[in-house]
Amino acid sequence: MKLTGAQALIRSLETCGTEVVFGLPGGAILPVYDPIIDSSLRHILVRHEQGAGHAAEGYAHATGRPGVAMVTSGPGATNIVTALCDAYMDSVPMVCITGQVPLAAIGTDAFQEADTTGITTSVTKHNWLVTSAQDIPRIVAEAFHVATTGRPGPVLVDIPKDISNAEMEWYWPEESDFDLPGYRPNLRPHPRMIAQAAKLIVEAERPVIYAGGGILKARASEALMEFATRSKIPVVTTLMARGAFPDEHPLCLGMPGMHGNYTAVTAIQKCDLLIALGSRFDDRVTGKVSAFAPNAKVIHVDVDPAELGKVRVAEVPIVADCRLAIEELTRAVADQAIKADREDFWATTPRHNWAEQIARWQHLYPMVYEPSEPGLPAKPQAVIETLRAMTPDDTILVAGVGQHQMWASQYWKFRHPYTWVNSGGLGTMGFAVPAALGAKVGRPDRMVWAIDGDGCFQMTAQEIVTATMEQIPIKIAILNNAYLGMVRQWQEMFYEERYSEVYLSPDLPDYVKWTEAMGGVGLRVESGDDIENTIDKANSINDRPVVVDFRIDAKEKVFPMVPAGQSNDDIVVGPAIEAHFEAVSKKGNR
Amino acid sequence: MSQKHHVLSVLVENKAGVLARVSALFSRRGFNIYSLVAAPTDDPRLSRLTIVVDVESAPLEQITKQLFKLINVVKISELSPDQAIERELALMTVQADGTSRSQVMELVAIFEGKIVDVGSDQVTIMMAGEPAKLDGFEQLMRSYGIVDLQRSGRVALPRLEVGRPRLRSVTGQVAN
Repeated sequence: MKLTGAQALIRSLETCGTEVVFGLPGGAILPVYDPIIDSSLRHILVRHEQGAGHAAEGYAHATGRPGVAMVTSGPGATNIVTALCDAYMDSVPMVCITGQVPLAAIGTDAFQEADTTGITTSVTKHNWLVTSAQDIPRIVAEAFHVATTGRPGPVLVDIPKDISNAEMEWYWPEESDFDLPGYRPNLRPHPRMIAQAAKLIVEAERPVIYAGGGILKARASEALMEFATRSKIPVVTTLMARGAFPDEHPLCLGMPGMHGNYTAVTAIQKCDLLIALGSRFDDRVTGKVSAFAPNAKVIHVDVDPAELGKVRVAEVPIVADCRLAIEELTRAVADQAIKADREDFWATTPRHNWAEQIARWQHLYPMVYEPSEPGLPAKPQAVIETLRAMTPDDTILVAGVGQHQMWASQYWKFRHPYTWVNSGGLGTMGFAVPAALGAKVGRPDRMVWAIDGDGCFQMTAQEIVTATMEQIPIKIAILNNAYLGMVRQWQEMFYEERYSEVYLSPDLPDYVKWTEAMGGVGLRVESGDDIENTIDKANSINDRPVVVDFRIDAKEKVFPMVPAGQSNDDIVVGPAIEAHFEAVSKKGNR
Repeated sequence: MSQKHHVLSVLVENKAGVLARVSALFSRRGFNIYSLVAAPTDDPRLSRLTIVVDVESAPLEQITKQLFKLINVVKISELSPDQAIERELALMTVQADGTSRSQVMELVAIFEGKIVDVGSDQVTIMMAGEPAKLDGFEQLMRSYGIVDLQRSGRVALPRLEVGRPRLRSVTGQVAN
């Protein structure tokens, strides 16, 4: 069967299971847009290519399936670079199709020409420039394979316009037809390493599981639950792993790192065995690396060999898929316990003392904040807690980047995996609106709320128009403190309150009017007293996007905080937790 | 160059843009390439890059792992200097007028080089050998006046020794 390259591309996407494409057409990708009309694909027309990228990411985060974005050459491609880099940092599977000027025009500085494969080499797992229409099915199949296997990540396929128009003979490749001689991800853990790890786990007196985003990528939440509960080891979930282990489980310690809670941070510092599962010792988790978990032996499981030993040398490095490794570890720990005649290895006095110590920290240093005065702007933490109380358990929460993101991660109780979508590694402001849109498209059955900052919202707000047009009823809570809040916090704490270029104004733009102009419903909450009513109203709207402009206390800071580059032992808990500690200590409750 | 240099023999797919990916990776991770030679192998689908890097072994492990993540990289072998045959080619144009020409020719003969071009008061010498030998010859020629010098960068293959592992394979797998 003869097809054009463009038809072959669309058919290849369909064959790979694509249901939704986020994109925006242009000159060089024009031929590819024509067969979309006759295809099964749902195309969502974004208002800016960056939005297409983040929407594809949101879709992938929420569904586990690769997000697909399609844009034109030149500016279309460069506009999506931020989203590609974001997906690369957070290992998000994503396939990006870009148009390119005709082959003969490449290198001539043609209209809307950019060296797309060159520009995106360092922000994609791999990319391809297609030079023959006959290669299209094979390359698209390879692209999906590379994006979704091993350590997932974004890939890009660049298709010159004449290749899209050229004829080819349709076929569909087997995996054995792939031309990927250098790509063989190792998924099976080495039995000797698993045995060594099991020995350390059985002998440990103060173990902690440091669960990272790899748990979610490997669909390993259930395996983690079984492993942790069987061996009674507490779990911290990093920013990328929120939801991988339910927050209200007795073994869950919550988020570690720069804005982690006291118990999660301190448990890592004091542990004697750190079991890192799909986590990468990011600087926002470790603080000063030389002072991070100084007395701990480390078991490090990652599917990417380059992560092992990159930051911290592990006593037991294991290259493997997280789910397979955890399942093997669960078995091996049971075997080892029998072998060592210590079937109740988790019931020793040191382990008992460790659990008590952790409970004591949780009692002394819980996540608390100063409530707002009546009639005054709400506290951001209260907005998030109220929202959590008023939404279904499986609500998908999306965040932008900054203070609001940290509060969302700290104060939202995650009860299910794949209910948290955020930009962790790259820290991309403007992520929330398009990512929420993508998440809702992927999971239309779920309620999707985005917590956004006023600064973030202004970067990608135009995708509200997309949401209205496509009837994607996302809900966005702007925590409006009229500042680039996280920068303001650093300037207050580390630059002697010299506020340089961080003030935004609470009223400009008018978020309610702006939302209504984009076809959504705009609501405003002036004080802490109206939170519930407004959330109720927002929850009842299901046919269009809703934006709530929550006016919040601009002075509120994110605590606890480990100042950048310092040891996690130097955690600053902030005034509210400090006051709680004083009150509890005075009662002689230590 | 210090003693801590490492030679990476990298088998890559013989496709457009692969060299750019490799060199971009080095710069992105903050490593300096001392020399790099790229040429096809006996298998036309593959090329071999011989890369000399001047780093300690800890960052070298990281760079080889990152390198192996490139989809087009098929195999990486680290050749430790005492287990590898390393050779380099140099072309050198040297001042050699009437008074010095015979001395230059004598030294070329001692070093087993070859004079490949002769001008009225200059000669061009070709010399292949161990990098240290070329360093020594280059030093000697300085006093006559080096007009132009082009060295090829080193190529290397593992030394053949019976009963000893020829290659320390660095395939990015730690848990072996």
